[in-house]
Amino acid sequence: MNPQELLHWLRGTGLQLAAAVFVLGMTYRMLHLALLGRKKNLAAARGAEWGPGLRTVWRRSFVMPELSARGKFTVIAGYTFHLGFFVTLFFLSQHIDMLRAVFGFGWTALPRSAIDIAAILSLAALIALLVHRYIDPVKRMLSGFEDYLSWLLTFLPLLTGFMLLRGIGFDYTMLLILHLLSVELLMVAAPFTKLAHMFSTFSARWYNGAVAGFKGVKA
Amino acid sequence: MNEHETLGARLAQQGISRRAFLKFCAAMTTMMALPPGAATAIAETLLKAKRPSVIWLSFQECTGCTESLTRSHSPTLESLIFDMISLDYHHTLQAASGFGAEKSREDAMKDFFGNYLLLVDGSIPLNEGGVYSTIAGRTNLDLLQEAAKGAAAIVAVGSCASFGGLPMANPNPTGAVAVSDIVKDKPIINISGCPPIPAVITGVLAHYLTFGELPALDELGRPQAFYGETIHDRCYRRPFYDQGKFAKTFDDEGARNGWCLYELGCKGPTTHNACATTKWNGGAGFPIEAGHGCLGCSEPNFWDAGSFYTPLAAPTANIAAVAGAAALIGAGAAVALSAADRAKKKKKQQAHEKLSVKDLGN
Repeated sequence: MNPQELLHWLRGTGLQLAAAVFVLGMTYRMLHLALLGRKKNLAAARGAEWGPGLRTVWRRSFVMPELSARGKFTVIAGYTFHLGFFVTLFFLSQHIDMLRAVFGFGWTALPRSAIDIAAILSLAALIALLVHRYIDPVKRMLSGFEDYLSWLLTFLPLLTGFMLLRGIGFDYTMLLILHLLSVELLMVAAPFTKLAHMFSTFSARWYNGAVAGFKGVKA
Repeated sequence: MNEHETLGARLAQQGISRRAFLKFCAAMTTMMALPPGAATAIAETLLKAKRPSVIWLSFQECTGCTESLTRSHSPTLESLIFDMISLDYHHTLQAASGFGAEKSREDAMKDFFGNYLLLVDGSIPLNEGGVYSTIAGRTNLDLLQEAAKGAAAIVAVGSCASFGGLPMANPNPTGAVAVSDIVKDKPIINISGCPPIPAVITGVLAHYLTFGELPALDELGRPQAFYGETIHDRCYRRPFYDQGKFAKTFDDEGARNGWCLYELGCKGPTTHNACATTKWNGGAGFPIEAGHGCLGCSEPNFWDAGSFYTPLAAPTANIAAVAGAAALIGAGAAVALSAADRAKKKKKQQAHEKLSVKDLGN
């Protein structure tokens, strides 16, 4: 298989397979969570569930002062990575081209310099978080193989994407192959690792908010 | 034909000045990225070089490669140097026809056995015993195998001979293959492109005449001097790509401003060829200068690599349909397993037995 054939496979069949595993796995895991079948709460409801649930989904997106005081570095680096990743994923023109081809609609891209800054910050934050994870005794003790694997699966698409955009290291074909491979690996692994938090984080937040709301506690 | 005199003598006969010839040698040296001193060496060697016998076999092809070679740069020194080889068989260009034509091929193969250059354009069909393309009642496969035996080297001209090209495109009804799929024991150089740039063909021939061997090749058997960089690397619109400025349609403001054609499907970033530097029609331009994206014609399987108008970032297959089906299967599996879990829970409850998370499907 020459590089052109591999690239064609990755843009076609490979991406179809990765998308199938990603969507099937995520749908199954999220729906299975929702259908677990909780016991009906027989207490009289003191408040609504949906409103406070959704409010919590929104509010937990902001830094909680009590958390930031205790782990400033983790919070700042964590937010930097996530924001940078989000901006790069959804506002690079090439990614919008891809999403438009799949979903039939797109939106305006951010200027290339903004994407460069977001990607560099995101990569730097990921590296800093890895170093911190290793240096900090508590984090190190809590970390297992899956944590490092998740880090690598997230880091590689960002790194190869940046190299591709700036033509660093290899020729375009090889860099596009590496980028697509890393993205497809991430898609295949995501539903079965902690990376599934890209969806479950929202349902978990909603559930916490809904429980509090039911009890009449301000979420 | 049998007078395989030196190139220098033929040039003098044709009234080519030494100055014009040296200019040609300098151009070839630059194109092939050889050191500056090589120009003199090329000139001296070429002048003394005996015209090698060349047999050109045309198989499953459209004659575009020959059109490219004969028209695009003529009449220039490039076409004259082509004249300086002894083209002993080329069924489009030769005057002879019928048995006479085939005899000239057989004579050349016999007289210059082990020394002639074999140029091939077009792919070779293998299905049904190769009957999809025959010349003088003989299959392309038969002719190629016979001619390859006595060839010093083989030059596969065009994407069909190099990689199978359009005849090999899905579903490949004729079972078309490239020259390198059949001939394994001879040096093969692929000059891919649909068609290839004429100066690249003459450049390779000049290199062979000068050094007596084929130039350095890339992993796909193409001369590195011409296929070492991508169209994108040398494209004059590259700064717009780097700035993220793209034409969205062929007639929008971006297109009029000459912005990058990436979003209109340009395959320049993944295509190795010299179009952006050597250019076409005597240096007049290349497709991107005419406002159309690169089709990627010098790469293998370019015909089956998705639409010419799909950006490289976009998938070449239907992702939405696959994802939709996967979502349905995933949802179905979740509902079915949840129902099974509930039934299990109910059963345990009725039997007053304990149930842990591990007992449930996850």
